[in-house]
Amino acid sequence: MALPVRTFDAVIVGGGGSGMRAALELARADLKVAVLSKVFPTRSHTVAAQGGVAASLGNIDEDNWHWHMYDTIKGSDYLGDQDAIEFMCRKANEVVYELEHFGMPFDRLAGGKIYQRPFGGHMREYGKSPVPRACAAADRTGHALLHTLYQANLKARTQFFVEWMALDLIRAQDGTVLGVTALEMETGEVMVLQAKATVFATGGAGRIFAASTNAFINTGDGLGMAARAGIPLQDLEFWQFHPTGVAGAGVLITEGVRGEGGYLLNKNGERFMERYAPNAKDLASRDVVSRAMATEIKEGRGAGKDGDCILLKLDHLGEEVISKRLPGIREIAKTFANVDPVKDPIPVVPTCHYQMGGIPTNYRGQVVVPANGNPETVVPGFYAAGECACVSVHGANRLGCNSLLDLLVFGKSAGETVIRDLRSEGKSHRSLPGDASDLALSRLARLDGQKSGERVADVGADMRRVMQLHCGVFRFPDLLTEGVRKIKEVAERAGRTEITDKSRTFNTARVEALELDNLVETAVASLVSADARKESRGSHDRADFHQRDDVNWMKHTLWYKQGSRLEYKPVHRKPLTVEPFEPKARVY
Amino acid sequence: MRELDRIRWRCRRGLLELDLLLSGFLERRFDRLDAAERQAFTELLDQPDNDLLDLVLGRCEPAPRYRAVVEMLRAG
Repeated sequence: MALPVRTFDAVIVGGGGSGMRAALELARADLKVAVLSKVFPTRSHTVAAQGGVAASLGNIDEDNWHWHMYDTIKGSDYLGDQDAIEFMCRKANEVVYELEHFGMPFDRLAGGKIYQRPFGGHMREYGKSPVPRACAAADRTGHALLHTLYQANLKARTQFFVEWMALDLIRAQDGTVLGVTALEMETGEVMVLQAKATVFATGGAGRIFAASTNAFINTGDGLGMAARAGIPLQDLEFWQFHPTGVAGAGVLITEGVRGEGGYLLNKNGERFMERYAPNAKDLASRDVVSRAMATEIKEGRGAGKDGDCILLKLDHLGEEVISKRLPGIREIAKTFANVDPVKDPIPVVPTCHYQMGGIPTNYRGQVVVPANGNPETVVPGFYAAGECACVSVHGANRLGCNSLLDLLVFGKSAGETVIRDLRSEGKSHRSLPGDASDLALSRLARLDGQKSGERVADVGADMRRVMQLHCGVFRFPDLLTEGVRKIKEVAERAGRTEITDKSRTFNTARVEALELDNLVETAVASLVSADARKESRGSHDRADFHQRDDVNWMKHTLWYKQGSRLEYKPVHRKPLTVEPFEPKARVY
Repeated sequence: MRELDRIRWRCRRGLLELDLLLSGFLERRFDRLDAAERQAFTELLDQPDNDLLDLVLGRCEPAPRYRAVVEMLRAG
């Protein structure tokens, strides 16, 4: 069946920070740009970023990109690519000042310069002491960033396709990417969006876990599409967990609660962090606290009627301190945990927060795959940026405030590369292959024709349960191996989902079934990659291999959907212009 | 009813807090809203995420025409 075709210079899938930054670069170069977004762009998950953008402006204390680069490499537990990290840290000031010129309402110092605040892991003089490096707009940095970029894009005449969902990549016989098939929710129509450049900026897939701080839209659509088109997914065993998400809801309770003197208790009322981190106690780094909590729960000391959570106590701070220094926490706890923290502790669990892995790219934003003996052969016409991409600047663990920096730097970089590639490769579109829309249409036909199938909600719930139990904060060999078997079963069931509502317009059941297809690809990739990595590094912590193993495992994982096969490729240990930072033990 | 489907999708937000509050409200209360309340709820969905969350969590007060629906959202 021939679908309607619309033609653009560039199609960008995803209207969050990275997608809109890439779009802006292209639209300002007078290219014809389409941005597809499932939701209105300013409601993308970038809005949830509060902390700020890391950049060594040095507006308050002396700072420079070398120190930022060191912190990022160390934070990545030496899995980050040092060329990409140098690129990002060197570009940070430029992208922040550009954003300022686009109208971003940064907090300012009395003299007018951008105010900067300290943030975990950002240090001066190669780890000596904290440095104020985060540029923020109150506690709404992500919100301000999205609004600034949206306005700038409107001015530059970017075309937005709102409430559209991309379904699958279109590739030529030689692998070149020629655009996407996409579903317009309003009409239920499927269309081909043909482009000389296709940029994925679809965000993460944090909804694969039962406990997740991510919004419902974070279903890894770009990862699913890439995997189905034969592109491998990189380093998906690495997920960052936040220690204090409200049990059962996922909503974040800020680290500030522990900063003000709140602490964690097990079911016996024991302040267990004293055993795991005698000095820092409840203020130890995120991964240390999360692992201690997971251990308490696993060893039967969890609280709650199912023994599956930990209690965050803050009533001893008193009502006045709670209201004054922790504004909003009382409302959040009452609303999402049904407790008043002035009287009762908040039940919390370590909660999935950020995806370090993704679609493999280089620092120019080009998607790269192994081919003809080169582990990083460029896929022509295909680019990715932001949380859906693995460039890899976060390696095995991301530092706070580096995610907004990542999406600005690599959104822009992808845009610049597209412009360069289009200039050198001429102006005409390649013709579409005859089977361009077959994959998307066959998935839709399968879904519409499915009889006595599985409910989307049931399969989704089982996926989240398996991920939570078998691939969480702390990983055990028996649970990982069993988890691989279980998640593959879930993936098979996801191929038999059935929806009762077959209508065309605004069929949210269909959209959710299509989203589940994408989530399960990410879930399988994560479990298979985690089971295979026999070491502990950054966010990936195994009970049976408790040390980092640089001899055997300083390498990136690549998972292929076809056969659920793994390959590995080297970490880029050589920066662009400076000497490499050699791996050391990661202590803070 | 397609209008309900459209509203259900627009309850998908950038903030998890709103996803939870709005989808719960839609399941439990939306059926019982009168036309004016439905209209007010639909308009509220056009608010930016942070402003809407502030309203629902009681960090700021709504315009009079939204008061009834915001009260219901706060009650859960």
